[in-house]
Amino acid sequence: MKLVVVAGTPGSGKTSVLMHTIRSLKQSGMSPAVVKIDCLWTDDDKRFNRLDVPVRIGLSRDMCPDHFAIYNTEEMLQWAREQDAGVLLNETAGLCLRCAPYPDGCLAVCVIDVTTGPNTPLKVGPLLTTADVVVATKGDIVSQAEREVFRERVNEANPNCRIIEANGLSGQGASELAEIIGEMPDVGQELSLRHNAPLAICTLCTGEMRLGKEHHMGVLRHIDGFTEYRGE
Amino acid sequence: MQDIHELTIICGIDKSGDMEDVESIRICPGEIVGIVGPTGSGKSTLISDIEQLSQGDTPSRRKILINGEAPGRDIRTDPRKKRIAQLSQNMHFLADMTVEEFLKMHAKSRNRNFDTVEKVIRIANTLTGESIHPEHQLTILSGGQSRALMAADIAVISDSPIVLIDEIENAGIKKQEALKLLACEGKIVLVVTHDPVLALMTKRRIVMRNGGVRQVITTSAGEMNVCSELVKIDNYMMSLRNTIRQGGLVEEAIIV
Repeated sequence: MKLVVVAGTPGSGKTSVLMHTIRSLKQSGMSPAVVKIDCLWTDDDKRFNRLDVPVRIGLSRDMCPDHFAIYNTEEMLQWAREQDAGVLLNETAGLCLRCAPYPDGCLAVCVIDVTTGPNTPLKVGPLLTTADVVVATKGDIVSQAEREVFRERVNEANPNCRIIEANGLSGQGASELAEIIGEMPDVGQELSLRHNAPLAICTLCTGEMRLGKEHHMGVLRHIDGFTEYRGE
Repeated sequence: MQDIHELTIICGIDKSGDMEDVESIRICPGEIVGIVGPTGSGKSTLISDIEQLSQGDTPSRRKILINGEAPGRDIRTDPRKKRIAQLSQNMHFLADMTVEEFLKMHAKSRNRNFDTVEKVIRIANTLTGESIHPEHQLTILSGGQSRALMAADIAVISDSPIVLIDEIENAGIKKQEALKLLACEGKIVLVVTHDPVLALMTKRRIVMRNGGVRQVITTSAGEMNVCSELVKIDNYMMSLRNTIRQGGLVEEAIIV
């Protein structure tokens, strides 16, 4: 079983790029299954269903969607095996960007929207810096020069990644991504993350609503950079 | 790096999925080829197929060959190795940077010296009305200024043997000067245009309809004559435009 984790900001074109990639994968004789993780609501399953592939939705509700995806990776792989799939495509919700839900041994794909400007690759963090493939979308909206500057910035942030210029409308770039997926090895047994998730577990994580500092415990960071642990 | 002596477009399918009417088009250095057709007929798509050096992997299924061969992946994707410059229809920059920062970054991505930056701005300012300064934010530039900067950037930083130009007449910049700047001698140039002057200045023109290439017309001697008459009318229009722009009056009609 191959595992592909597709992460990126909402609206960057993850689903559109995946739809075209799934078509290419099927054409080359592979059998993909898709799990879409979201927070509260999604109808992406209907879009994926049109492609006649096994689709499953995971809604994280009160849990951080990336933590939810990480926590459920083994279950998703098990489900994909039951569907006789050769590759599991896991599309994340993509919100705070600080979590990079990529296990080792997967193909880590970061989808990023060129129109957000060439400073974005510097802001994104491990989501981009630990990716194997960076898919730059919506390049048709900007000039060639701007696409090239964006690409240069991605290279600076992650010198080892493959960059694919993709278009979710026309399908440009999808066959290249499908080719990379075809060449990757199967995922191993004992998975671990490429990058730690942010230090968390504070009172906000467990439902505290009041803002006052006196109400909070856990690993807390002040705006001046001082990080402390408060509690027993 | 290998010289480019031929660009070949192997045609594919149109929007209805039918074969295009022309099998292939070969273009050699020194030739300017026009692309004409109604809006929505697939002119910009043809240009972007060439820019991406498509290998049957876009909806048109076209293949683009260089010197008769399919280019390798490096040449298709790495701007440092890419031999194609494109002026698209985009009229604005979205990058939150100054003109100077942006051009330096672009020069780096194309392996050029930073002294090209000053040259780009100088040339851009010959094409546009109000001057562009290095410390300007890109996003405040007008459509005309942005287009002038993009054109100058292509002439200097992206300077490539293959140049693709999409509707240069739309920007309010000096179109004939801009074309002269971009279409230097020895280059392969494709120009998408609705402008009869620009269309007839080319040696051949590709006619598009419904997403497909329908025919390739060679400009005749008669058309060249029409073109030189049109240039006179066009220059007259330009001088009127300039007078009106400067706040002048145009009360006398001059018959050209």
